[in-house]
Amino acid sequence: MIDPELAQKAVRLALERGATDAECTLAEGDEFSAVVRMQSLEKLIDAGSRSAGLRVLVGQRTGSAYTSDLSSEGIRKLVESALAVAEITTDDPYAGLPDAAELGTISGDLQLYSDDVNAVDTAERVREALETEEAAFATDPRITNSEGASFGAYSGERVFANSRGFVGSYRMSSCSLSTTPVARQGDSMERDYWFSSARSHAKLESPAAIGRRAAERTVRRLGARKVSTQNVPVIFDPMTARSLIGAIFDAIEGDAVYRNASFLAGKLGERVASEQVTIIDDGTIPGLFGTSPFDDEGVPSRRTVVIDRGVLRSYLLNTYTARKLGLRTTGNAARGVTGNAGVGHGNFFLEKGTRSPEEMIRGVRQGLYVTELIGQGVNIVTGDYSRGAAGLWIENGEFAYPVSEITIASTLQRMLTGLETVGSDLEFRGSVASPTLLIGEMTISGQ
Amino acid sequence: MGLSDSFFGQKFGITEHDLESYISEALSAGGEYADLYFEYLATSSISIDESIVKSAVQGVSLGVGVRVISGERTGYAYSDDLSPEKIRKAARVAACIANGPSKVDKTGFESGRRHDLYPVLTAPNETGLAERVELVKRADRAARAADNRVFQVQASFVDSLRHVLVATSDGVLSTDRQPLARMGVAVLARDGDGTPQRGYSGGGGRVGLEFFENDKTPEHFARESVRQAIVQLDAVPAPAGEMTVVLGPGWPGILLHEAVGHGLEADFNRKKVSAFSDRIGQQVASPLCTVVDDGTIRNRRGSLNVDDEGAPTQQNVLIEKGILRGYLVDKLSSRLLRAPSTGSGRRESYQCIPMPRMTNTFMMAGDADPEEIIRSTPRGLYCANFGGGQVDITSGNFVFSAAESYLIEDGHITRPVRGATLIGNGPEALKYVSQVGHDLQLDEGIGICGKEGQSVPVGVGIPTIKIDRMTVGGTAG
Repeated sequence: MIDPELAQKAVRLALERGATDAECTLAEGDEFSAVVRMQSLEKLIDAGSRSAGLRVLVGQRTGSAYTSDLSSEGIRKLVESALAVAEITTDDPYAGLPDAAELGTISGDLQLYSDDVNAVDTAERVREALETEEAAFATDPRITNSEGASFGAYSGERVFANSRGFVGSYRMSSCSLSTTPVARQGDSMERDYWFSSARSHAKLESPAAIGRRAAERTVRRLGARKVSTQNVPVIFDPMTARSLIGAIFDAIEGDAVYRNASFLAGKLGERVASEQVTIIDDGTIPGLFGTSPFDDEGVPSRRTVVIDRGVLRSYLLNTYTARKLGLRTTGNAARGVTGNAGVGHGNFFLEKGTRSPEEMIRGVRQGLYVTELIGQGVNIVTGDYSRGAAGLWIENGEFAYPVSEITIASTLQRMLTGLETVGSDLEFRGSVASPTLLIGEMTISGQ
Repeated sequence: MGLSDSFFGQKFGITEHDLESYISEALSAGGEYADLYFEYLATSSISIDESIVKSAVQGVSLGVGVRVISGERTGYAYSDDLSPEKIRKAARVAACIANGPSKVDKTGFESGRRHDLYPVLTAPNETGLAERVELVKRADRAARAADNRVFQVQASFVDSLRHVLVATSDGVLSTDRQPLARMGVAVLARDGDGTPQRGYSGGGGRVGLEFFENDKTPEHFARESVRQAIVQLDAVPAPAGEMTVVLGPGWPGILLHEAVGHGLEADFNRKKVSAFSDRIGQQVASPLCTVVDDGTIRNRRGSLNVDDEGAPTQQNVLIEKGILRGYLVDKLSSRLLRAPSTGSGRRESYQCIPMPRMTNTFMMAGDADPEEIIRSTPRGLYCANFGGGQVDITSGNFVFSAAESYLIEDGHITRPVRGATLIGNGPEALKYVSQVGHDLQLDEGIGICGKEGQSVPVGVGIPTIKIDRMTVGGTAG
């Protein structure tokens, strides 16, 4: 455990040396990972590290520094380094810490830390990874190879203090279990994966369930074809829908908005999506990965409705971007341990609808069910969207055959307004989540 | 250079005796091989935004990673504290991967062979912050002066200086001092109330500040970034479907990185999970294609005097006249495949286990005239610049996004098109290469490659090439 007093000490020292304001973050973490492959232990990693970051303001100029040396000497050098940096930056009228009235932390047990993550010994962790991989092999004889299975555990602590009187800290833990089977049939070789992660070991899915799901996802890709170029309805499974929701976050975070670097800039109060779309950011839901008692500027986390039944209601902001836009922070400041804060999300998700994914598939005469997207082809400035895709072809409401080596393209504007159906299957497997989504039409590029 | 003159000897008083004792501790449970990777990393980053130097950060991190190999097993631990008791503790944790009697027969260290590819006297990180801040201010001024349609400019200068020491149980002791610097300029431009378009340009390498004064200036990157944004203002929707694709020279070499490079990393091939597994000696590209990975090019971003396992880097021929020749091999794969290391073991930091990785990956020049390549194309897409790419090494499917591309109509480059993803299959795509230009260019030095969560700097390069068939993922019919 880190002594929060160390962060306050760094802040005090910075003020003594001439800073007009200062904020300090301390982070400590222990990581463990066991990787097995082909039913044999392959890798064990077990280690920990700490770091400290300081940001100072000298009037309207800022300077930031970080170090892995948390000794008194290390902290002294950290302060000097940040102050030296502040000498070369320029006055920025919008720079500054949050107003004191904005600072605070939400109370109650957010269930971010569980002792059971560290209570499981190495032998048990290796055994769970072995069982996960074994379950994948047992599911289908076409699973002939594996990229392995792994058990990961993490526990850590974050401390934040600033010169406006805020000091706070919280502990976090997480563990995960995953496997990546490889299937072969004739000349076709495919891999896929499945995982479970949680803040408590007790909440992990069973090795058998994870292994079976990973195997099913892998073998259904075998013998994939390339389809011809055409416009069809596209269903995103929850994993690929999640990346689409992540792109919407990039378009509504304050930094992109105040620069006019987003297709959603200047659209507050306007209809930007179909009525089916309600997107929420909520950093207060106990036990989830996007939850925290306060953001990385010491402002309490909260729930913000971003898009309400198709209408853009709020951006996500930190103190700086809020000031640039003449708005108030939404408690979404994010950073590593130092530097000017950027904007991050809590649990950012699309609210679930009422239709089951099976019903949604049954309703498509001809179309694509996307299970994997690769590449970075999303342009937040223009909304242009073009990504590599793999999945299952739908004919008359049923899966007909797997497809790969195709792209799907449209614009985010058209995808949001053309979002026809939202599934009922919302699950949090990380801090961004979405149910299954059906988009009326996209361009498939293939043969 | 002896250990006592090295950075870690001088600054932390580490001796050969210390290194031997840590390695003995690491092998105390019977591992066959152990190594230590000491790293001291100083970084700084300065950025200008809205003509205000809003942010600057500098910092240091320090640590040591201890690895123990026992058969196919690897144990790993690290410490951010270089005190002997903390390093011994990490060594004992890593040692647990093995299970047997201690097998230590130490015979001392020999300084490993290494190149001298970046004899930079003063690394950018060792200069004053004031000199570096001037570079971003110049970029900001040049971008705003280049075109009045530019309305946002962000320029950054990011540099680092890494000192490493690698000591291995097979007696290698290597040290290196690795400077790295990169400048980047991002702009947004628009016509009146039209849709804004983004431009980006950047570059650098293992160079001193004089590179940015004499070779690639802030004004160069600024003008190039503005040019790209302005071109996009008139772009039409990209076509959809299979067509002829001509890649321009330089950064489009990312095609090689994705289409073949990753699939040839030895870890994937040892496990037989790559689309290239068991294909050595087979035809995987047209006979016009020779692809190499070369970590020994002076001052390049992807170059290293020694890799992160202490082995000297080298030029590795991956594909020779279309025939698959070799894989990229790190130490673990070398032991298990009984093949020599190719100096390809790299890691992001002391907190990471090394893996086989690329350095600078490029295609050798051919003899075609680049202009003739375009003239001989009735209809297709010309890609001058790319964003990032990604590959699924098992199916071999890869993508990369065209950031600046144009239609080719009747042998002429005509209208610019909007960004689109191109997709292909690794062992198949290069079979359709029908012309290779004489204009090989390496990229300007911006590449970052990610694998299993670890990022390392890399370079790519390619001459103008024509691919007769590739799928372009636009929206226009």
